[in-house]
Amino acid sequence: MLTKLLSGDTPRSPVLAVLLIGILVCLALAPFLFPGVRSVDTAARICIFIVLVASYDLMLGYGGIVSFAHTMFFGIGAYGVALACTHLGRGFDALLVGSVAGALVAATLAFVIGLFSLRVRAIFFAMITLAVASAVAVLVSQLSAITGGEDGLNYRIPRELTPAFKFADGQILGARLNGKLLNYYLIFGSTLLIFLLLLRIVHSPFGRVLQAIRENDFRAEAIGYRVVYYRVAVTCISAAAAALAGSLYAIWLRYVGPDTTLSLEIMIDVLLMVVIGGMGTMYGAVIGATIFVLAQNYLQALMSVASDALTGLPVLPELISADRWLLWLGVLFILSVYFFPTGIVGRLRQRRR
Amino acid sequence: MADPILTLSGVKTNIAQYHILQGVDLDVPRGQVTMLLGRNGVGKTTTLRSVIGLWRAHEGTILFDGEDITRRPTPAIARMGIGFVPEDMGIFSDLTVEENMTLAAVSGPVDSARLDWLFSVFPPLKTFWKGYAGTLSGGQKQMLCIARAMIEERKLYLIDEPTKGLAPAIISTMARALRELKAQGASILLVEQNFAVARALGDGAAVMDDGRIIWAGAMRELATDKDLQERLMGLSLEAS
Repeated sequence: MLTKLLSGDTPRSPVLAVLLIGILVCLALAPFLFPGVRSVDTAARICIFIVLVASYDLMLGYGGIVSFAHTMFFGIGAYGVALACTHLGRGFDALLVGSVAGALVAATLAFVIGLFSLRVRAIFFAMITLAVASAVAVLVSQLSAITGGEDGLNYRIPRELTPAFKFADGQILGARLNGKLLNYYLIFGSTLLIFLLLLRIVHSPFGRVLQAIRENDFRAEAIGYRVVYYRVAVTCISAAAAALAGSLYAIWLRYVGPDTTLSLEIMIDVLLMVVIGGMGTMYGAVIGATIFVLAQNYLQALMSVASDALTGLPVLPELISADRWLLWLGVLFILSVYFFPTGIVGRLRQRRR
Repeated sequence: MADPILTLSGVKTNIAQYHILQGVDLDVPRGQVTMLLGRNGVGKTTTLRSVIGLWRAHEGTILFDGEDITRRPTPAIARMGIGFVPEDMGIFSDLTVEENMTLAAVSGPVDSARLDWLFSVFPPLKTFWKGYAGTLSGGQKQMLCIARAMIEERKLYLIDEPTKGLAPAIISTMARALRELKAQGASILLVEQNFAVARALGDGAAVMDDGRIIWAGAMRELATDKDLQERLMGLSLEAS
């Protein structure tokens, strides 16, 4: 049953299995295990980034296609929900319309970009996506009447998903039984669903062809597969999934802006998460997103505690001062890429091969 | 001559600034094995790749089963019923043996009787069915590559040096597989440097030099005429 649910792709490493089960349990029970606004927000971000990174892994790790427009698709999904909530009012129908419209627009844009650039060479696709993503980011900033410009958009989501809505009195393990809790489980449930769907896609005959194309597109053509069709199709699926991740982000934050959804910085973060977790593994998205988001949120605090504890010693407290957290984050990533060139999941599975 | 399944007329193929094929004229009869012979670098591989469309013919026409396939895309040509075995053990190493085989069955599910036959010809494929193709030995990879082309009945097989660099025991396995395929009445265009294999399998032969076919005829005739071999290829094939 579980194997079927995972489309036959079991972790194939006891350490990986323990890590994944640990992450699943922690995310499933996050509001109760780690009550508090910041920790639940971190858990929700991990969920959203799992979808975003898994959708990018589908394109890069399975399709061998490098894109710099993934945050653009993410942003389209986020702005879809924001605009729908702004114009259609505060209701679940607005969330649904915004999410579906965002996914469709993202898939259509991916189709157009893919059809014009993937026919030739995958590298042209990377260059065009970079240009289009930059153009869209500028456009969103300029069209302030529609998008709110640099300030972004604040909007109201259904009351049932906000802290103001209480569906029961009291608390369970420190977690308030309010709309924010429901909102978290909407994010968590959607993440689980989309991730399992992506897992099913990569283990379908379509996914096998993608892997064959990634390894040698000429061989795949000589067998009888139109490479360009498969590349365009995977780009569209990946873009739609990224847009859905963006929609979830918009539902969670109740705010969208160019910096939170369209920046190149997020694109680089996603790339790092894929590489650290392991390309072409799907589970790498779970590991990569969890480590990265946790590091982003807690490394600074951890270093501050360590620095305070080492007060009095020479050099060390300065070296691990909280202000230098980005430096150490960079060092951590260089080390992880050096020691895990196939990513954490790839490395753990190699030991079992 | 039997009805040709493949006809190349005046085919010229350039790779970058190099004129590799300079007007190839070749008929591959239906239901026969045609050996494509010649020294290294005369255009044998380019001829096969031009037929499947991986390298485009700039001039001339290629007719397959009566249809002009010169400008058709590679996947369309393959789906017309051409199985292609490249010379570089062209398997997909990140996929399992099973996935490699099922991927090649483009017309539908794998036929279990045909799979059983392939297992009988290439037993290691059954042993390593669930294993990653990248972990197979060189000979096993070549078996997989040929088996992948044979997973479905094709109208024509283009096979490029299937015994290249293999141990004698593996060469015997390859030769047996090709003999069985021939016995089924398959049409095969085979590039082969191992003359013992070529002589045993070939019905017809075409010898290439400098991007052209310089001789075509019965394999028996070439195999028994040492002077002809010396004249066409500069060596006696008996010695190889």
